[in-house]
Amino acid sequence: MKSTGKILRYQLRDVIRGRWILVYTLVFLLMTDVLFRFGGSGDRVVLSLMNVVLLLVPLVSIIFGTMYLYHAREFIVMLLAQPVDRTSLFLGLYGGMAIPLAGGYAVGVGLPFLWHAGGGAGSALGVLLLTGVLLTCAFTALAFLVAVLFEDRAKGFGAAVLVWLLAAVVYDGIVLMVVTTLWRYPLERPLLALTMLNPIDLGRVLLLLQFDIAALMGYTGAIFNRFFGSAVGKGLALTVLVAWSVLPLLVGLRRFRMKDF
Amino acid sequence: MSLAVTSSVCLGLLIPFTVGMAQDIVVQEGTSVPTLGAAILSARPGDHIVVRRGVYREPTIVIDVPGITIEGDSGAVFDGEDAEDVLLVTADSVTIRGLTIRHVATSYIDDRAAIKFQEVTGCVAEHNRIEDAFFGIYLAKSTDCTIRHNVAIGRKTTETKSGNAIHLWNSRDVLVEDNTVSGHRDGIYFEFVTGAMVRRNVSTDNLRYGLHFMFSHNCEYWDNVFARNGAGVAVMYTKGVTMVGNRFEENWGSAAFGLLLKDITDSRVEDNVFRGNSTAIHAEGSDRIIVKGNEFIANGWAVKIMANSIDNEFTRNRFVGNAFDVSTNSRSSSSRFSENYWGAYQGYDLDRDGYGDVPFRPVRLFALLVEQYPPAIILMRSAFVDMIDLAERVVPILTPETLVDEHPLMEWRQ
Amino acid sequence: MTSPERLPLEPPDAPAIPRLVTSTAAIVEVTDLGKSFGGLTVLDGVSTSFAVARITAVVGPNAAGKSTLIKAILGLVRPDRGRIVVNGHVVTRDWDYRRGIGYMPQAGHFPENLTGREVLSMLKHLRGPSAELDEELLDAFALRPELDKQVRTLSGGTRQKLNAVIAFLFRPPLLILDEPTAGLDPVASGIIKDKILRCRESGTSVVLTSHIMSEIEELADSVVFLLEGRIRFDGPRLDLQRLTGHQSLERAIAVLMQGGAS
Repeated sequence: MKSTGKILRYQLRDVIRGRWILVYTLVFLLMTDVLFRFGGSGDRVVLSLMNVVLLLVPLVSIIFGTMYLYHAREFIVMLLAQPVDRTSLFLGLYGGMAIPLAGGYAVGVGLPFLWHAGGGAGSALGVLLLTGVLLTCAFTALAFLVAVLFEDRAKGFGAAVLVWLLAAVVYDGIVLMVVTTLWRYPLERPLLALTMLNPIDLGRVLLLLQFDIAALMGYTGAIFNRFFGSAVGKGLALTVLVAWSVLPLLVGLRRFRMKDF
Repeated sequence: MSLAVTSSVCLGLLIPFTVGMAQDIVVQEGTSVPTLGAAILSARPGDHIVVRRGVYREPTIVIDVPGITIEGDSGAVFDGEDAEDVLLVTADSVTIRGLTIRHVATSYIDDRAAIKFQEVTGCVAEHNRIEDAFFGIYLAKSTDCTIRHNVAIGRKTTETKSGNAIHLWNSRDVLVEDNTVSGHRDGIYFEFVTGAMVRRNVSTDNLRYGLHFMFSHNCEYWDNVFARNGAGVAVMYTKGVTMVGNRFEENWGSAAFGLLLKDITDSRVEDNVFRGNSTAIHAEGSDRIIVKGNEFIANGWAVKIMANSIDNEFTRNRFVGNAFDVSTNSRSSSSRFSENYWGAYQGYDLDRDGYGDVPFRPVRLFALLVEQYPPAIILMRSAFVDMIDLAERVVPILTPETLVDEHPLMEWRQ
Repeated sequence: MTSPERLPLEPPDAPAIPRLVTSTAAIVEVTDLGKSFGGLTVLDGVSTSFAVARITAVVGPNAAGKSTLIKAILGLVRPDRGRIVVNGHVVTRDWDYRRGIGYMPQAGHFPENLTGREVLSMLKHLRGPSAELDEELLDAFALRPELDKQVRTLSGGTRQKLNAVIAFLFRPPLLILDEPTAGLDPVASGIIKDKILRCRESGTSVVLTSHIMSEIEELADSVVFLLEGRIRFDGPRLDLQRLTGHQSLERAIAVLMQGGAS
C-alpha cells in the first residue's frame, strides 16, 4: 500500500478542484445558514438538518462514488500499467473520493455553526457531524463495491440507487412490518439489532437520542437510551458504522484485485 | 368570590365575641412567653400572637383557640427537628402569617405537616415559608379557608419519602393563590375538595405532579404555572373543572403529561399554554370538555385523545412545532376539531375568509401506528414514515375519518 | 529462450508457413496463454516471444485477442492459464516489473482537473526516483506551453500526445504502444514513429498494435498475427510478405485472414 498516499494526493487535488464538490459543500452551507437565520437554535438546526443529512449524504456518496469510479476507469488502466499495486490504487481512489465528500459535508454544516452558534451546539452537532462523515465513508465504500461488481455502468447506477433506496427507505418499511406483526413479543432487543444493521437507521437513532425527543420513545426509547448511553453501546455503534465502510471496501478490494481491465 | 365572601362573613361573626377581650401576646426567647405553646395556653379567642425573631423548637403546637392570629416577625423560625406536625390547628378562624417552618419528618404512617388545619372553618395561612417539610400546608375536612403567598420548598428526595406542598382533603370553598411550591411529591393536591379557586400559583420541579386532584368537583384553576414536574399535572374523576390561562411547560419524561385528564367531564380548558411537554393533553374517559384557545407549542404529542373520550370540542387552539399534533387509538372519534390553527397545515385560502379551503387531518398515520404498536416509535423521523404519512394524507385509509378540522384557521390570534 | 513460431494448424489449405528460427534474446515470453471471458474464449493457447531491441507488431481483426494479450502482459488481465515472463520476471501478482514498461493506451484519459504537469509529476512520484527522464517528445510536440492547463481543457490530440510523452518518459526497456498514432495528426504521427525507431536503435523493445498496415510496414521487424485467439503467424515481417507472395503487407494479412476464415 506504499503508493496509496501518492495517489491520494493527486486524486484529492483533482476532486477538490471539481465544481461539484464545491456545490455539495455550498448546499449544506446555505441550508444550515438559512435554518439559523430562520431563528433556529443550534439544537433545532441539527434536528432540521437530520433528515436531509440522512437522505442526501448517502445518496450523493453512493451516486458520486460509482460515477467517479466508472469515470476514472481509463485512468485506472493507465495507472495499473505503472509499477503500482492494486490495493494502493483502490485505497487511494477511495480516499480521494471519501475525504472530499466528508470534508465538504463537515465544512458545509460546521461553518454556519461556528458563526451563528459560536460552535455551541454541543454533542448534538458532534453526533450529526460524526454520523454524516461515517455515512459518507460507508456509502462511498458501497459505491466502490457496486462499481467494481458491475461492469455495465447503467446496471451499476441502478444498483447504486437500489442500495440507497434499501437503506434509506425500504429497510424501515421492513422494520415497521416486523413491529406490526410481532408486536406481542418483546421487541426492544431485536429492534436494537435491526437498527444496528442499517447505517442510516443507526445514525438516525443516535441523533434522535441526542434530543429530548428520546422521552417520546417511552419504554423502547429507554432501552435504546440505556444501550447507546453505555460505553459498550457507544463503542458498538461506532464499530458498526465503521464496519459499514470497512466491509464493503474490503469486498470491493478483493474484487478489484481479481478484476480484468 | 363566593368563598372569600363566606370566609369574611365567618370572621365577621366571630369578631363581636372576641374583640372586647382581644390582647396581644408576644413570644420571644428569654421572656415569660418563650414559646408559642406557652402563648397558646394563655391565649383567648381573638388574641393576636406575635412571634419575635428566633428559632423555636417545640413539640407539636396545637392551636385550639378560635379566632386567633399568629404572626411571625421576619426571622421567626419553627424548627420541627424532624418530628411530628409543627402547627396543628383545630380551632376555627385561625390565621397563621409570616412564619418560617422547617424540618418536618417523613412518616409512612401519618401525614406530618408544617401547618395542618384539622376540621376547621375560616382558616388562613399566608406569607409563610416552609422548607424541608414532609407535607407543607395540610387541610383536612375544612371549609372557607385561604392559603396565599406561601412558599414551600421541599427536600426533593423520592416520591415515597416526600409529601405534598399544599394538600387538601375533604374540604370546600378554599382559595389557594399566589403560592410558590416546589420539590415536593405533588405541588398542589386535592382529594374530595369542592368549590376551590386556585390561581396565580407557581408549582414547579415537584417529584410527581405539579397539580393533582381527584373527586374535586367545580373547582377553578386560573393563571397558574406548572412546569418541570416529574409527571406534569394529572386530574381525575372530577366534573365541572375550569382551567384557564395556565401554563403547562417542560414536563418531560416517558410518563409525563402537561395535563392528564382521566374521567373528567363537563369541563373547560381554555387559553392555556402548553409548551415543551412530552404529552401536552392526554384525555381518557373524559367527556364534554371544551378545549379552546390554547397554544400547543413544541410538545411531543399535543393532544392524545383516547377513543373512550367522547364529545369533546377542540376549537381555536394553536398547534405549532409538535412532533404529533393529535393522536388517538381508534379509527372513530367523536371529538370535534374545528377552527384550529395548525402549523403543519399546507392548504390555502382562496376565498380569503380566514379559513383554509382544504380540511386538515391532524392525525398522522404514524401517530396511529405508534399508539397501536409503541415500539414503532423507533422509526420516528425516518424517510419511510414521512412517505407513508404523505400517502395517507393524500388518500386517507387508516386515520380517523371523522377527525378532521374542516375549517383550519389561516392565522391565529389569542 | 527458444520460442517456436507457431504454424497455422488449420485449415489444411492455408498457405504453408515454414518454421523459422530466431536467435535473438526475448524480452517477453508468453507460453500457452489462455483466457476466456464468460465462456467466450479470447486467447487460446498463445505462445510467443518478443525479441529484445525489435519492434513487434501484434495484428489481427477486431476481437482477435490483441488487447487481451497486451493487457495480460501488463498484468491488467489475469490469464486463466499459461505463463508470461517479462524481462525475466514472471507476471503474477508481482507488479514491480512494470517499472520496465512504458505503456501508451489507445486514448489518453487523465483526471480532468489536474494539469498536464501534475499528471506527469504524479507518474514520476509513482515511479519513484529514476534515471534521467526522456522529455524529448515534450519538445517535439511543443507540449510545454500546454502543461499548465487543466486536462479537461486539452484537445483529444493533445491528450494523446501527453499519453505518448508518458510512455517514453522513463526510458523503459519495453514499450507497449496500443495504436500509437490513432488520433494524431500526420506531423505528430511522424514524430512518434521516428521516436519509436530511435528507441529501437538504442536497444528498446517495442510491442505495438495498429490498424494501419503501412505503419506496420514502416516500423515492425516482426509480426504476430492473431485470429480468434490463436496465433496464425509469428515471424519476421518480411517472411510474411515473402511467404504469402504478396509485396504489400495488407494483402499478405488479407490472405492470412481468408485462410483462417475459410
